[in-house]
Amino acid sequence: MSDEHDPQSKYVPTRRDLIKGVIAAGAVSSTGYLFRGSITRAFAAAPGSVERMLTLDVNGQQRRVDVMKQETLAMTLRYKLGLTGTKLGCDRAECGACSVLIDDVPHYSCSVLTHSTRGKKIQTVEGLASPDGTLHPVQQAVVEQQGFQCAFCMSGFLMATVGFLKTNPNPTRQELAHGISGNLCRCQDYDKILTSLMRGAELSREVNNA
Amino acid sequence: MPEFTNGNIPVVTGDTPPVRGKLVGQDYATPDMVAKVTGKSKYSEDFRADGMLFAKLLLSPYPHARIVNIDASEALAMPGVKCIVTKDELPGAADYITDLGEKIEADKRSDVGLAMEPMYQGEPILALAAVDELTAADAIEKIRVTYERLPFVVDPFVSLRPGGPNARTDGNTWARPEAAPGEEPGPLDVVEVKWTEEDFKEYAEGKMPMGKPTDEWSFGDVEEGFKNAALVLDETFATPNTSHQALEPRTCMAYWQGGKLFVHVGSQSTIQTVPAVARWMNMSEDDIVVISEYTGGGFGAKIRGTVQIVIPAILARKCNAPVMLRASREDEHNIGGARPSVTGRVKCGFDKDGRITALDMYTVADNGPYARNGDYSNAATMVSLLYQPPAMRWRGITVLTNTPPRTAQSQPGGMQGITLMEPLLAKAARQLNIDQVEIHKINAPEGKARFGPPSGAGAQAYTTSCFMKEALDSGAAMFNWKERAAASGTRNGSKVRGVGVASSTFVGGSRGFDGLLVIKPDGKLYIQTGVGNLGTGNYSDSQRVAAEMMGVPWEKVVVTWGGTNKNLPWSCASGGSQTTHATTRAAHAAATDAIAKLREIAARALGGRPADYLVGGERVYRRGGGASMSLAQAAQRAIAMGGRYDGHELPEDINKITATSAKNMAGQGLMGVARDNYDQDGRAFSFVAAFAEVEIDVETGSYQILDFLAVADVGTVIHPSALGGQILGRSMLGIGHALGQKWVYDQHLGIPLAKRFYQNRPPTILDAPVKMQWGALNIPDPETPVGARGIGEPPVASGCCAILNAISDALGDEIFRRAPVSLDMILTSLEAGKPVTEPMTAHV
Repeated sequence: MSDEHDPQSKYVPTRRDLIKGVIAAGAVSSTGYLFRGSITRAFAAAPGSVERMLTLDVNGQQRRVDVMKQETLAMTLRYKLGLTGTKLGCDRAECGACSVLIDDVPHYSCSVLTHSTRGKKIQTVEGLASPDGTLHPVQQAVVEQQGFQCAFCMSGFLMATVGFLKTNPNPTRQELAHGISGNLCRCQDYDKILTSLMRGAELSREVNNA
Repeated sequence: MPEFTNGNIPVVTGDTPPVRGKLVGQDYATPDMVAKVTGKSKYSEDFRADGMLFAKLLLSPYPHARIVNIDASEALAMPGVKCIVTKDELPGAADYITDLGEKIEADKRSDVGLAMEPMYQGEPILALAAVDELTAADAIEKIRVTYERLPFVVDPFVSLRPGGPNARTDGNTWARPEAAPGEEPGPLDVVEVKWTEEDFKEYAEGKMPMGKPTDEWSFGDVEEGFKNAALVLDETFATPNTSHQALEPRTCMAYWQGGKLFVHVGSQSTIQTVPAVARWMNMSEDDIVVISEYTGGGFGAKIRGTVQIVIPAILARKCNAPVMLRASREDEHNIGGARPSVTGRVKCGFDKDGRITALDMYTVADNGPYARNGDYSNAATMVSLLYQPPAMRWRGITVLTNTPPRTAQSQPGGMQGITLMEPLLAKAARQLNIDQVEIHKINAPEGKARFGPPSGAGAQAYTTSCFMKEALDSGAAMFNWKERAAASGTRNGSKVRGVGVASSTFVGGSRGFDGLLVIKPDGKLYIQTGVGNLGTGNYSDSQRVAAEMMGVPWEKVVVTWGGTNKNLPWSCASGGSQTTHATTRAAHAAATDAIAKLREIAARALGGRPADYLVGGERVYRRGGGASMSLAQAAQRAIAMGGRYDGHELPEDINKITATSAKNMAGQGLMGVARDNYDQDGRAFSFVAAFAEVEIDVETGSYQILDFLAVADVGTVIHPSALGGQILGRSMLGIGHALGQKWVYDQHLGIPLAKRFYQNRPPTILDAPVKMQWGALNIPDPETPVGARGIGEPPVASGCCAILNAISDALGDEIFRRAPVSLDMILTSLEAGKPVTEPMTAHV
């Protein structure tokens, strides 16, 4: 974090900073579709604003990324880091499709400002499986049980479940249902979803006890 | 007991031996599951293209207005803003020539994606493309639109009153003009229908007015049926408007390359989206590529993509850059389609045993402002099938309103019609002192069951097969119905338990699509499909039929789907419960063609006649032993022989899209390609019986579903786990209609008050029944070669109505006259001793 400005300090961009900022933005512009045109505006409108270049810890990797102050984590993940497994179903914290883990706790990434995740550990669905491709036990269980239909909600459910199991590794069906009740599925096969995630909990215990 | 369930229930089969092979009837993981759990599966919003622009929509603030002027100069002058598109630049609806050469004339009043006379609040007026979404959103704010406000209406009955407002300047309903005697009536047209004050005289008492309908039919002697009845009920009931609300919004990304239009979009039919886009864009099918590998739910609202595809397509052409239109959750309320509310009045006569003697049904639907929605009519057809009235009259009208366009939603019309009937049937059983399962059985369809209005020749259409009674019996046994029904209504402190049963039906299949597969010299079976991938498993499940028939292990099957640049055949859409029936038939036809060719090749290479050879175990072998060859060798020979064997000569009756794909694959191996030309006596329908137990707290009005079971008559089971997901998932969709899902509109301002999930309340995992079970009879349909039918639609109404019937069984008939049943409805009705919520005001 030493290469970043203190967000609390008064920061007035100089012409040199502005040029640096534009160059940096240019370097990521091929993935920065949503925000390209706003690059200079954010600087001009925000004396005392936060540094835009952040280093995020995503799925165990250090990812350097240009982030506007009003940018949500879901947008950063999807449009700047290419992690499209995190879905936007409502963009207003109603459906949970964008759930990710921040320091092991499930959050709606559509409603988390990316800047607030500095120094925190972010995990998305892309980071669940081992680097060698071995599926996480919860993923394995969902594959076995054909646990979801369209699966647009699935990554959110997976992250919510993995997060919940960290606090309660041996839940009852009812407890797990409560734990993931902030996630909406419109194919509505909740029974099979819950069955597959309970199986995921069981496989997780087996792996952890092995 | 059903053969397939999600519990460990002993296996008992139906009359016909079930088909259960190595693949058919077995669970497996579909080939897309690993991509899905690892986040690698790409939905429409997950694609990027270099230089991609973003589009934003400008929405009408008024429920009905004419646009006088648009001033976009300030917006277009902003840095980063590229261009706008209005309705004038859209091609508009084009005529359509079907496969059979039949011309379907375009409806000039259909929804084309943008409007200069917006007819509902939130209707898109223009779209703007800019380098990023924030700039586009800022620019939209800078556009000045001058509106001339027009009269509007959001309630069908308000529009039908004398002097009531019309949703369109040209009328308030669709009808065929009356024809002179002996002449055919003209095409559907928008007309004005107003009822009289006299028609409305019972409205205040909660009885639906029944003025002049636009449609009606009847069969049998209805009056005679009522005369002979031991009990006649006359009930008014209303079902809610509900958005489809697939979790994936209808985002679309479009670009042009070498004169071709590429669209990335969620669709229920990859291949059928091509002619749809061709029609909307008024261009050749040959110049359109649709990429739709994964679709995040549809429920009828993405059957052939969605008309809004034209917006990024036109913007992309104008700006010469890829354009993504990201639909928001609120856009989904506006342009995402919805099931129309149907208000109905049903007069029904019963004999002392509960058998219906006559049925007189009137349906009024909330159509939205555009094309005629057929739910008001489908409602009656499904009721005529499910309860087999010996005499029936139906009258109906679908009334235009200034609310978002309606689209077929799971079990369109059937869901509403059955929901008008089921509470009435349950009430009749209580009044006649008949068991609820028995009254469903005595009225249940059976075998080649007749339905709908008689055709010109006087005959009714009929089903291919029907085992509704068996489904009811199976379910009653699994649910331990008798014992639980005896305890229904027993109070324990403030809690009352009730049990309910409901039956349901819908179309279970279409036919006439193509199958396309190739056995390559690597010994693998490559199967192509143009169906959409909604996660129901169909794109893969149906191909297991072909693999099973040819004895190819699943590991050696490669299924290709999801892009019309990947040589896909003309396939059924994934919707309307047609798919399993249609795609298993197409797979069967292609496999049959391939097997015939394999036997010919073997006979020519090894001697004897084709009939001497069989296909199995990855080989073509001589009956009773002797010479054989592997499929890989046969594929090699097919290439050498050319002609029809490797796809250089094709059958003449296949769709031109299939023919193009087959030509592209010619010479790669032995090709199986055929149209499904199998005969069918009757029309395919599927059936479901559902059972529920609820527990209601009479002090708070809240209730919980403790137990739910649905048993399906769906023919041969192809993929048990996927089938179970559909039965219970679609049951939940119906249960949502009982629990709380609905639209709310401000009657005076014409604006929606429930656009978001937390307001219109689709069920969450905590609303799901504590225990859920499913079963399937697995009795093959005799009229289709694989015996399998579809299942998506039928569980919806039975899911909804099992809950409604359980509530009334616990608390009596004086609680609700509309769905959903909210806890305040229960509390206030209990207190008043009569239903306090009137059934007719729309959108409350």
